[in-house]
Amino acid sequence: MSSNTPQQPAAQQQSTARVKSDKVVIELKDVRRNFIVGEETVHALRGINFKIFEGEFVTIMGTSGSGKSTLLNQLGCLDTPTSGEYYLDGTPVRKMSKSQRAKLRNRKIGFVFQSYNLLPKTTAVENVELPLMYNSKFTAAKRREAAIEALKAVGLGDRLEHKSNQMSGGQMQRVAIARALVNNPAVILADEATGNLDTHTSFEMLVLFQRLYEKGHTIIFVTHNPEIAQYSSRNIMLRDGKIREDTPNPNILSAADALAALPAPQDD
Amino acid sequence: MNFLNLFKVAFRAIGSNKFRSFLSMLGIIIGVAAVIIMTAIGQGSKESVRANIAQMGTNVLTVRPGADMRGGVRQDPSAMQTLKPEDYEAIVANKKYITYVSPEVTSGGQAIYGANNTNTSMYGESIEYFNIKQWPIVSGSAFTEEDVRKSAKVCVVGKTIVNELFPDGQDPVGKTIRFKSIPFRIIGVLKSKGYNNWGMDQDNVLIAPYTTVMKRLLAQTYYSSIVCSAIREELTDQAIDELTTTLRQNHKIKEGAEDDFTIRSQQEMMETMTSTMDTITIILVVAAAFSLLVAGIGIMNIMLVSVTERTKEIGLRMAVGARGIDISYQFLIESTLISITGGMLGVLVGWGGSTVCGLLGLPTSIPMWSILLSFAVCTLIGIAFGYVPAKKAANMDPIEAIRYE
Repeated sequence: MSSNTPQQPAAQQQSTARVKSDKVVIELKDVRRNFIVGEETVHALRGINFKIFEGEFVTIMGTSGSGKSTLLNQLGCLDTPTSGEYYLDGTPVRKMSKSQRAKLRNRKIGFVFQSYNLLPKTTAVENVELPLMYNSKFTAAKRREAAIEALKAVGLGDRLEHKSNQMSGGQMQRVAIARALVNNPAVILADEATGNLDTHTSFEMLVLFQRLYEKGHTIIFVTHNPEIAQYSSRNIMLRDGKIREDTPNPNILSAADALAALPAPQDD
Repeated sequence: MNFLNLFKVAFRAIGSNKFRSFLSMLGIIIGVAAVIIMTAIGQGSKESVRANIAQMGTNVLTVRPGADMRGGVRQDPSAMQTLKPEDYEAIVANKKYITYVSPEVTSGGQAIYGANNTNTSMYGESIEYFNIKQWPIVSGSAFTEEDVRKSAKVCVVGKTIVNELFPDGQDPVGKTIRFKSIPFRIIGVLKSKGYNNWGMDQDNVLIAPYTTVMKRLLAQTYYSSIVCSAIREELTDQAIDELTTTLRQNHKIKEGAEDDFTIRSQQEMMETMTSTMDTITIILVVAAAFSLLVAGIGIMNIMLVSVTERTKEIGLRMAVGARGIDISYQFLIESTLISITGGMLGVLVGWGGSTVCGLLGLPTSIPMWSILLSFAVCTLIGIAFGYVPAKKAANMDPIEAIRYE
């Protein structure tokens, strides 16, 4: 397992100040997931092993059918392994009930989806508050406070009361990222988070993710776009339900630089 | 998620689909309004029946011939000639719990005055009849003991007769009319009583001494009934016992044999009437309740649509930590809110409808229990018919739900 541990990136442009943590946030031990389709058994994951440490920015890549989505569902506690074990922040997930996993997701995971998944006709603040609604420790005042803070962190401090249908794609995704941040999760899980956005906005999102990474958030970014791997600290390649490659990225590119180099967008 | 938030979410969901929510509420509104109007009419009629019967005097007892068997054949009471002057005399002689007694004979026919005529009934009564019925004379006077003894051809008339026979407004007192060709002098006019609950015009009467009607009109020696009044309403039962004892003795009925008369009290009549009204009310309410059932199915339908439509939202909520039970509460509260709001509007509409019915002349009175019942039923409908959609939502797989397009 230790061979999978990424090295501290050597000569990167931005992250020099970062200190490697040895706290394991995610650990997968021989995780397998089989689906029974009719008579056949489909082996979507065929024994996945890896650890992700606190503060890593990991991209998980693979073509469709590689088991990428299945792995994401495992990591997000939306599904449980057929065999093997998955520890999220030290908690074994496989034998948990549905509602136990719901609570775990609520406390430990921040999801960012490709299609934003904001509640319609609802303001940015209320969208961001949503995960805290399912956490009884948060009073209405604390909820709002946390939501405003998260929105400020993604640069939407001036759009708190904008409704989801009055926002651009980039803004909606920022709200979604704020929603993922608001419960201060152990890990942020992004599923093709730039898939619906144009190049310029995609880079804006990457800049945002890199900034969160610098602040010490653990990020897992599932994508089929190999370009994104250059901006993360580690890259896991999946093929046919197995890990094909697991490499640290010693030379993290700055998304901010890439964004500056892009030709200015026509409108927006 | 706490209940306050669940309510907020439910309000928002209803608010964002105002028209649709209103349409599904409409069923409940109509159902509840129907139940309320029906019970209001039922209750109102019951109360008015009670009031009418009370007005007739709740201490009134009527003795009729009846239950007479001849060779195993039960006779038509009106054809029986068992109530005789001896009975009347015995009742008067033995009265203890009874204040007033009046024999009664009736005859239907035409009354004529000048060019006007009307079809009416003549009641032959004693002078005590006006006390039994607590029926005052508004002009002129009642007939006297003397008139009864002499079988005088005098009568007092109801308001309707006055209107029919004296349309030009002349004073009927002192005029002579003909009833079945026999001239009667009008000596008094009765206070108007209006229609009773059976739709009978109580003012379409002529009242003459019973002796006159028996001798001069019908030529009969028996009474069609004897009307009495108990001292007080509470002493009705004792009065019935007293009458029964007297009449059985008089008719020489053996121990254990059936009475050859029946005694009806107004109290008994009131019970019969109100129980009939209750039955009618129940039928009306059951019919209205079916519309509530249909409304509930409507809510279930709309909630199922709503659940499917919001699959993605459900998936998201689950992904960020909503448990199945949180989701099912959300939809249950939404359906319950729709039905309770519908119920409240229904109560308002029902109240308005009852008021309109009242203005149209139907007696109405909204009983409190119908409002409480409507609310209880609405809540129950919301939960019962929201259950299936809520269950469907709670059992969704978040993985599939969140990718649902």
